Amino acid sequence: MARAIYMDNNATTPVDPVVMDIMLPYFTEKFGNAASRNHSYGWEAEEAVDIARGQIAAAINADPKEIIFTSGATESNNLALKGVAEMYREKGNHIITVQTEHKCVLDSAKYLEQHGCTVTYLPVQTDGLIDLAVLEAAITPETILISVMFANNEIGVIQPIAQIGAIARKHGVLLHTDAAQAFGKVLIDVLAQNIDLMSISGHKLYGPKGIGALYVRRKNPRVRLEAQQHGGGHERGMRSGTLYVPLIVGLGAAAERAVAEMPTESVRTLQLRERLYKNVTSRLPEVYVNGSLEHRLPGNLNISFAFVEGEALLMGLNDTVALSSGSACTSASLEPSYVLKALGVGDELAHSSLRFGIGRFNTEADVDRVSDKIVDVVTRLREMSPLWEMHQEGVDLTKVQWVAH
Amino acid sequence: MPYSDKVIDHYNNPRNIGSLDKGDASVGTGMVGAPECGDVMKLQIRVNELGIIEEAKFKTFGCGSAIASSSLATEYLKGRSLDEALEIKNTDIVRELSLPPVKIHCSVLAEDAIRAAIADYQSKQETAK
Ligand SMILES: Cc1ncc(COP(=O)(O)O)c(C=O)c1O
Repeated sequence: MARAIYMDNNATTPVDPVVMDIMLPYFTEKFGNAASRNHSYGWEAEEAVDIARGQIAAAINADPKEIIFTSGATESNNLALKGVAEMYREKGNHIITVQTEHKCVLDSAKYLEQHGCTVTYLPVQTDGLIDLAVLEAAITPETILISVMFANNEIGVIQPIAQIGAIARKHGVLLHTDAAQAFGKVLIDVLAQNIDLMSISGHKLYGPKGIGALYVRRKNPRVRLEAQQHGGGHERGMRSGTLYVPLIVGLGAAAERAVAEMPTESVRTLQLRERLYKNVTSRLPEVYVNGSLEHRLPGNLNISFAFVEGEALLMGLNDTVALSSGSACTSASLEPSYVLKALGVGDELAHSSLRFGIGRFNTEADVDRVSDKIVDVVTRLREMSPLWEMHQEGVDLTKVQWVAH
Repeated sequence: MPYSDKVIDHYNNPRNIGSLDKGDASVGTGMVGAPECGDVMKLQIRVNELGIIEEAKFKTFGCGSAIASSSLATEYLKGRSLDEALEIKNTDIVRELSLPPVKIHCSVLAEDAIRAAIADYQSKQETAK
């Protein structure tokens, strides 16, 4: 049997074969330590790292010296939040972030709360966007950092980073953004958007896993960080550890390729998403989009199929397509996605959600095959759903007294 | 998480899906769970004059394990007396379907649905007397 179509590109992406070819020699013949200053093996590795740094910097209108390599966006986010909080302790101890951030930002913020910081977790509106007036009102004289993700991993919603940057600048507060999902998919310009720190990850843009970077601004203002990992003083002392040259080469090549292809690829993936949405909504009633369709990554679609449960849906779809759901029937708490909850999506619709991440290797035929299968499975599951039956009978499900367990 | 073959079988070929007339005096209906918890089971039985469950039907909103648990419950119910039906335990379902710990609540819900359906039937019989 053919393998299922991969449409979970917000979770991870395959390494592009072109990128892989560029990386390979750096595992074997070009294996030098980029910090070895005295021989050609070291120079060769250092040169490769410099090229990658340049590729990443060019992709976001930064200077190569402003790119700090890390093991991924998780580490970059930890370093940004903790590094700034510790370095700027005397200036203040207040951080502003958002309820829909990735766990690694939220958990870093919680850690900092246990270590003397106060944190404001901004709510989002029903479309997933923060309210800029609420953000501005949350700033106090103690505020040192605003951390707002560029694009969300579940719903793909893109925050107005340039406007947030302008507010941060006006109040003399640093802006960090987690761009793990946005980098390589939408235009990023750290100067025009007033971004002071930015996290990126290799495996979301057809590069390898286990590599990422943190952009740290060097001018206007010069951002300083307290290192979280100590050692040989690599990466301007902000992140010690021998550079993982093959992965860095891969991240650079992947970034360059993603940016070069962005004009065509963003149009193509958007068209595929619109096709998927139309295919499904024209054949199934009671389908709801989670988050803004307008301010969203081109390849992302998160929709709820009312009256059917997400995990049951995935079980029916597994042989055809790999997707993820905001339902969490497997977690002990039975809590559905906190991101959908923050949008005000009811728990019952959160349990019915699917996330589609259309990527570089998906085709129109994939989208059509997936849509057909979804229509089949949703129809079949609705026929066995007591909620669908009640809905058909005109029962208002919000007025039913449920026997919760 | 991989599912057991039996869960997959019940998911793909659910037994006894459907609804009975809940107004019928010989039918007992149990509806348990809540949409916001991610599972709702409706289980119905039809009891004949001899007090034997002749027919059992279900509809379930929930994950594959919830669907399989209720499907299996309807199989267990058919041909039993009400007393025998009350002997069905969620652990029987867990064992038969090889449910992992995180899915045990699905079997508990199925047991609750059985009890609710029987209680509904019995209260109808009481009022009919
Ligand atoms: C928005 C966001 N931030 C951070 C991460 C973590 O990235 P990494 O896997 O590179 O640590 C991810 C990916 O899971 C993500 O989607």
